Amino acid sequence: MSATPGPAAGTPQVPDTPPAREIAVVAFAQSDHTRDSAEVSEAELLLPVLQDVLGQAGLRAGEIDFTCSGSSDYLAGRAFSFTMALDSVGAWPPIAESHVETDGAWALYEAWVKLLTGDAETALVYAYGKSSSGEVRDVLTRQLDPYYVAPLWPDSVALAALQAQALIDAGATDEAALAGVAARSRADAAANPHAQLTGPVPHGPYAVRPLHTGDCPPVTDGAAAVVLAAGDTARRLCDRPAWIRGMDHRTEAHGLGVRDLTDSPSARLAAERAGACERPVDTAELHAPFSSQEVILRRALRLDDAVRINPSGGALAANPMMATGLIRIGEAAQRIGRGDSRRALAHATSGPCLQQNLVAVLEGEPR
Amino acid sequence: MSSAAGTTKEPVAIVGIGQTRHVAARRDVSIAGLVREAAQRALQDAELTWQDIDAVVIGKAPDFFEGVMMPELYLADALGAVGKPLLRVHTAGSVGGSTALVAADLVAARVHRTVLTLAFEKQSESNAMWGLSLPVPFQQPLLAGAGGFFAPHVRAYMRRTGAPATVGSLVAYKDRRNALKNPYAHLHEHDLTLEKVQASPMLWDPVRYSETCPSSDGACAMVLTDRAGARRAPRPAAWVHGGAMRSEPTLFAGKDFVSPQAGKDCAAAVYRQAGITDPRREIDAVEMYVPFSWYEPMWLENLGFAAPGEGWKLTESGVTELDGDLPVNPSGGVLSANPIGASGMIRFAEAALQVRGQAGEHQVPGARRALGHAYGGGSQFFSMWVVGADAPGA
Repeated sequence: MSATPGPAAGTPQVPDTPPAREIAVVAFAQSDHTRDSAEVSEAELLLPVLQDVLGQAGLRAGEIDFTCSGSSDYLAGRAFSFTMALDSVGAWPPIAESHVETDGAWALYEAWVKLLTGDAETALVYAYGKSSSGEVRDVLTRQLDPYYVAPLWPDSVALAALQAQALIDAGATDEAALAGVAARSRADAAANPHAQLTGPVPHGPYAVRPLHTGDCPPVTDGAAAVVLAAGDTARRLCDRPAWIRGMDHRTEAHGLGVRDLTDSPSARLAAERAGACERPVDTAELHAPFSSQEVILRRALRLDDAVRINPSGGALAANPMMATGLIRIGEAAQRIGRGDSRRALAHATSGPCLQQNLVAVLEGEPR
Repeated sequence: MSSAAGTTKEPVAIVGIGQTRHVAARRDVSIAGLVREAAQRALQDAELTWQDIDAVVIGKAPDFFEGVMMPELYLADALGAVGKPLLRVHTAGSVGGSTALVAADLVAARVHRTVLTLAFEKQSESNAMWGLSLPVPFQQPLLAGAGGFFAPHVRAYMRRTGAPATVGSLVAYKDRRNALKNPYAHLHEHDLTLEKVQASPMLWDPVRYSETCPSSDGACAMVLTDRAGARRAPRPAAWVHGGAMRSEPTLFAGKDFVSPQAGKDCAAAVYRQAGITDPRREIDAVEMYVPFSWYEPMWLENLGFAAPGEGWKLTESGVTELDGDLPVNPSGGVLSANPIGASGMIRFAEAALQVRGQAGEHQVPGARRALGHAYGGGSQFFSMWVVGADAPGA
């Protein structure tokens, strides 16, 4: 297993000369996450976040070599919603720019690849989501197979509950343990000034059995941004860059009936490809919107009790869809920057019941 | 843009190309069936199997066109992506081109060796014109579809250049005639005449019905690989000589909608990478995104094939005909098939077919270098690549 990118599993060949470019997170910013940001547009939500992240890096938008964002038209309720968010960047003179219609963690992945090619030294990555624009539980049903599943409107909480029940039936957890995950997350979030749901939160009645309201993420509006830089540029822009030692993402089948919902083989494979298993990590920021999904990810990624899980409070404390995964990478990088972590795993997910998973491994400068 | 000293990109080869026969409505297949058809044709062309693919990069325009949010999730199985990386790109109308460029970067960066890239739109699932017409308060209630947005910019071009009113119809007639030589094109109008184009109903003055792209169901796929993959390929490869994306805001004081700066910058970046100094002489065929006929002369100027104000003269004098000295859209272009999210990738793929010598009846004889071009949003997102018959630097 290699920390540098390589071919897919099952492909015997190894590239002639693997990339040896060091790339790091040099700045991270996020909004204060809220239930409803009706008073601001997406561009207005993003603008202060972008100013913050560029200010940290000491760069102007025009000095960035590549920009990539992640968002969803279905959350915004209109086509091409990202085109107007671009106004917050100030793309004039014109910039090299791209967009992914998913969580911003994948935008960061695209930017990382761009830096690996050598065509860019710096990249700006941003993501945003305003779940308040619609009923997010209903909206997410539109992600499902449009012929056989979506017409039944199974919502995201119901599907997560199905997964949680499978996990309980397998003897891997129980409702009390899940409540513990939720309580720990909100307690940790008390130290996170950007979090939405913090401190003692009632575990509440069943949302969908066996998940209580406390096992579910809040509905959130928010945005986040990261600046990436390569090699000496990163060292120049940042006292303590968080070096991306490896990154990979994998998908599973879409049909829930053909998956083992109690496991996440795609997260495990992505972690292996990203080099996460070479040495233990001390911290993991897991994109687990439901308490039960944290249990699944910890098992799949073999994270033992020595690993600090979601010190930010995670998605259970703030869940700005399409930015939540990018925030995990940013939070992990920030802990490295502060010296609170030497080696961290950051994870992002997309789709129903953890269908698609991304893992990045970040490290501080060796000392 | 800076470049890293000592970092050498892996050359990227296109070794497989597949597309569906584009039509108004593919009622015989699901969305999954549509994309799989194009993907399998690309694999067959490359003589590869699903197991040979390391990663999949998929693009399409707004999810509202099919009513499926982030359809890459549902399409994971159909695209053979289970257990592999699957990345979804969306950059408005330029997305088909951008998607190919993201896939090319995966090979260039040596993250993967062989990547399947695919773009699609199944527009019969909804009404694309109204899908593109944003509700108040996001847009003024004056626009109906993309034509309503672009027609004023065409009029500005006509006023600026004094181009005769017939130029648009010449483009439409040429592209629809070219489409007769392309079995995958949506529109095969065998009895079309120039007079019929000029007599067709006015939709958005000055854009007439026959000068407007159709609404299509279709998909396009390509297999991209490294040098080792190209050596094993059964048919000639096309090589990426340059690729770039550029964006600018939708609206701002001083924006030139007729010839956007982002388009000029994107072309300049691609030519620089490809070592092209005189595109008119050094490029043998162009596949450009012309959804409304007048965009051919407009893009000829924006892309540096003609001086400002001179683009329409190339069109009028027949330079852009299939047998002219700068054939534009030999495939019939977007005017003859427009599955929106796929249209940019079709331009990129058709450019590659030309330099592989595999464009069939619409082959430009001896084409060695070709430009693929796509744009989207409010003339603000651009993606382009130059492909060649020879490996870069060879």
